Amino acid sequence: MNDMSPAPRPTRLRSALGRARGAGSAKSGVQHWWGLRVTSLALLPLTFWFILSLAASPGMTHAEVLGWIGHPLNAVLLLAMIGLTFHHTAAGLQVVIEDYAHVEWMKMAGVLAVKAACALLALASALAVLRIAI
Amino acid sequence: MVGRRTDGTAVNRPLSPHLQVYDMLQMTSAMSISHRITGVVWSLGAIVMVWWLVAAASGPAAFATVQGVLGSFLGILFLIAMTATAWFHTLGGIRHLIWDAGHGYDMPSVYRSGHMVLIGTAVLTAATWLLLFLSR
Repeated sequence: MNDMSPAPRPTRLRSALGRARGAGSAKSGVQHWWGLRVTSLALLPLTFWFILSLAASPGMTHAEVLGWIGHPLNAVLLLAMIGLTFHHTAAGLQVVIEDYAHVEWMKMAGVLAVKAACALLALASALAVLRIAI
Repeated sequence: MVGRRTDGTAVNRPLSPHLQVYDMLQMTSAMSISHRITGVVWSLGAIVMVWWLVAAASGPAAFATVQGVLGSFLGILFLIAMTATAWFHTLGGIRHLIWDAGHGYDMPSVYRSGHMVLIGTAVLTAATWLLLFLSR
């Protein structure tokens, strides 16, 4: 009976397929690539709306601008556009830096600086919209 | 590029062809790098948008400053360039999304979509500023 060796004990609870999904050799898979595409798709209508809205109402006074930003629909669309814009910008600039910076610490510093700048710019503009809208 | 053999001796390995094999005046590669450049330039435009929003929230004085700068000759020149940049990157982005979906890879389609992006950028930029001047 000793020839029946016990079945190998699984050391991970996730299946091999579960681990392989979305995790290639870079360990983070294709989320970054998909993120750029999905945010670009969402930004298409928002960009058309933002540019054409501003072009259709030039010379707005400060009070008119506050009224426009403060309108609930515009405020929501602005917040969505701000979040998506800086997500897309950070992801896109990251690709550019990764392609052209060949010294590892410079690449890492560049990507982190871009992410920090984009996060702060997004927070600042979102706060501005919220201050006006609320 | 200098590499190492398994025994540690140095060897000059050939590099795969890169930028030097491309004629950068052909439309395909010029459109490709332009998409990247317009993406980076648009990031600068996004900073101006942040300035505009923050100034509007700060008060009439700060808002008058940003409107004054953007309404100056250089400001309007910047905004026109930014409009063209934005439309080019937007239309080029649609072109890339169509490629990502697996369509339009044959050379005639690549050149046709490239021309459409260029013409579309000119038309949309002109239309945006026509709308702006008609709305004044």
